[in-house]
Amino acid sequence: MAVKDAGRAARSASRALAREPERQADSAELIQLLTPEGERVEHPDYPLQISAEEVKALYRDLVIVRRIDFEAIALQRQGELGIWASLLGQEAAQVGSGRALAPRDMAFPTYREHGVAWCRGLDPMKLLELFRGVSHGGWDPTEHNFHLYTIVIGSQTLHATGYAMGIQRDGLVGEDGEAVIAYFGDGATSQGDVNEAFIWASVNNAPIVFFCQNNQWAISEPLERQSRTPLYLRAKGFGFPGVRVDGNDVLACLAVTRKAMQAAREGQGPTLIEAFTYRMGAHTTTDDPTRYRLSAELESWKLKDPIERVKQYLIRTQQAEMSFFDEVEAEAAEVGARVRLACQQMPDPEPTSMFDDVLTSETQQLAAERADFEAYLESFEADEAVAAGEAR
Amino acid sequence: MTTLTLSRALNEGLRKALEDNPRALVMGEDVGKLGGVFRVTDGLQKDFGEARVIDTPLAESGIIGTAIGLALRGYRPICEIQFDGFIFPAFDQIVTQLAKMRYRSLGSVRLPVTIRVPFGGGIGAVEHHSESPEALFAHTPGLRVVSCGDPADAFTMIQQAARSDDPVLFFEPKRRYWDKAEVDIDGGLAAALPMDRSRVLVEGTDVTVLCYGPMVRTCAEAAVAAQNDGRSIEVIDLRTLAPLDTDTIFASVRKTGRCVVVHEAVVTGGIGAEIAAQITQECFYSLEAPVLRAGAYSTPYPPSRLEEYYLPDLDRILDAVDRTFSY
Repeated sequence: MAVKDAGRAARSASRALAREPERQADSAELIQLLTPEGERVEHPDYPLQISAEEVKALYRDLVIVRRIDFEAIALQRQGELGIWASLLGQEAAQVGSGRALAPRDMAFPTYREHGVAWCRGLDPMKLLELFRGVSHGGWDPTEHNFHLYTIVIGSQTLHATGYAMGIQRDGLVGEDGEAVIAYFGDGATSQGDVNEAFIWASVNNAPIVFFCQNNQWAISEPLERQSRTPLYLRAKGFGFPGVRVDGNDVLACLAVTRKAMQAAREGQGPTLIEAFTYRMGAHTTTDDPTRYRLSAELESWKLKDPIERVKQYLIRTQQAEMSFFDEVEAEAAEVGARVRLACQQMPDPEPTSMFDDVLTSETQQLAAERADFEAYLESFEADEAVAAGEAR
Repeated sequence: MTTLTLSRALNEGLRKALEDNPRALVMGEDVGKLGGVFRVTDGLQKDFGEARVIDTPLAESGIIGTAIGLALRGYRPICEIQFDGFIFPAFDQIVTQLAKMRYRSLGSVRLPVTIRVPFGGGIGAVEHHSESPEALFAHTPGLRVVSCGDPADAFTMIQQAARSDDPVLFFEPKRRYWDKAEVDIDGGLAAALPMDRSRVLVEGTDVTVLCYGPMVRTCAEAAVAAQNDGRSIEVIDLRTLAPLDTDTIFASVRKTGRCVVVHEAVVTGGIGAEIAAQITQECFYSLEAPVLRAGAYSTPYPPSRLEEYYLPDLDRILDAVDRTFSY
């Protein structure tokens, strides 16, 4: 009997836990400047003066990054990419935060920050190289102040914190200071490295913003498997402010990130931003979300789409003509076509390039392995030449 | 020439590294006011300030992860992992990030991060304070792995590591911290043997004994003892474990025809195994006997009352040398 009761208690406890996220969403204050219906609302802590042109530019970013994502998924289905991690649904969180950065600021992404990459000016083809298996990234992080994608969950938050400590040592905290933004997801908040990054940033008062895109799902695990408390509240325990923003509201993401970055630059230390959003697609192209979540949930989030609300706002306030939306659509299609073609034409790297850049100078052992490999490859060419001679 | 302990020689070397390059930093647990639990960083914070000699929070992954970030910003961190057995929380950052970031970036990123690790046993310590994890790092492409065996090398090699544009795992023989020797602290690095070269410590003709770190002194003593048996041992202090200085190793083995590799680490999958494989491949027709290993048994590190049986010592080394003559 006791065993049976224990089982019942465990089931009821797990049901209670499962209700937690709804409570989280309801009870927590969500900073919002644009409702899902496209209505502009004010928030006393985040006044935002923004011109029609600026909103239209954000809209363009949102549409284009969604289009790149769409093309990449299709390219994976056609066998042109090995895998793709879709940002569908998270465009506002990424574009809003990405456009809040100054060129001198440094961003440390995970592997899903295609929208931030776009804002930083990185060629989308570099992302496709990674997911095609042509490189592991291979861009120079200093070129756009956009670090390499980090695939192991949470590791980059420590790199970002160390980088921010470097800014402090360079004496570049102050009015015209620099700051760092570290991107990660809800799953990453369970990682030791993320918690260590919070501690380091806190005790050093480092100029860093931790930008958590809580997309509700870590592959198949819902948020309640990672946390019993709303994620933004965790910051308090580490000694710095945490805020929750509507992650599907590009204006709110822009305003909240701008304020946090400016505070960091000025020496007020770190902020945790929890962008409350939703991963509308699969974790990656190899994932099947129908195995673990209900379509009703997806449908409810579709009503909060990050792009549609900006369009509605622009139409409602007559800040944009219909021709504007057509132009953006046409430009996105053009970017999409360019991405498609470039991906299909992308050459494989030279086989011997796998020996490059292990260390700053090649070791004797590696040089010997490279030479052996070259001789091995040449032996096939010799065989082919002999075979061709015999055929003749 | 100045007589210094190995610990003090490292301290002087770190001081030079901090003086040489304003971007050099020292960071780790208790490295500041305390000067490190082995006093290797003694007085450095007082002279170079808290921004350059950093007492970090107590989390090894955080030490290496933030060091990577500082290196990305152009700094040259020299990290201390307090004890060998504590490196594993940082293992992910070292193997997954530090070792691979240059490769991942197609050479656009340099990570000049040095990681000092007091390693090895023989000091009667509790668990996790006596380990020899160097092979795990030598197995990892993208890292340089070195170990100093005496105060003179400690002084120069730590400076060379600090100047390296690649990540360096720097293994310090903790039971030799208080060994003393003459060190030329005013001599520059120009005349010093590069960090990636091995050194013939004792010349001999009958058998090559390869060693590093805490076993260097033991092997030198074994060479003296072997003379009484009429055997001439050539002792080579490897110094570099990744990459291996195979030129020096092969030249010696081709001369002697016999080889014993000595280390405190367990023999299974160890540095000795790698060296034995390479010697077999390159010196096969010179060998009079298989390459033997004298190392720790393939068990976890035992309680310290047993460590004298567990670790190779002078007699175990001589026993292995004898066995190379029985083939």
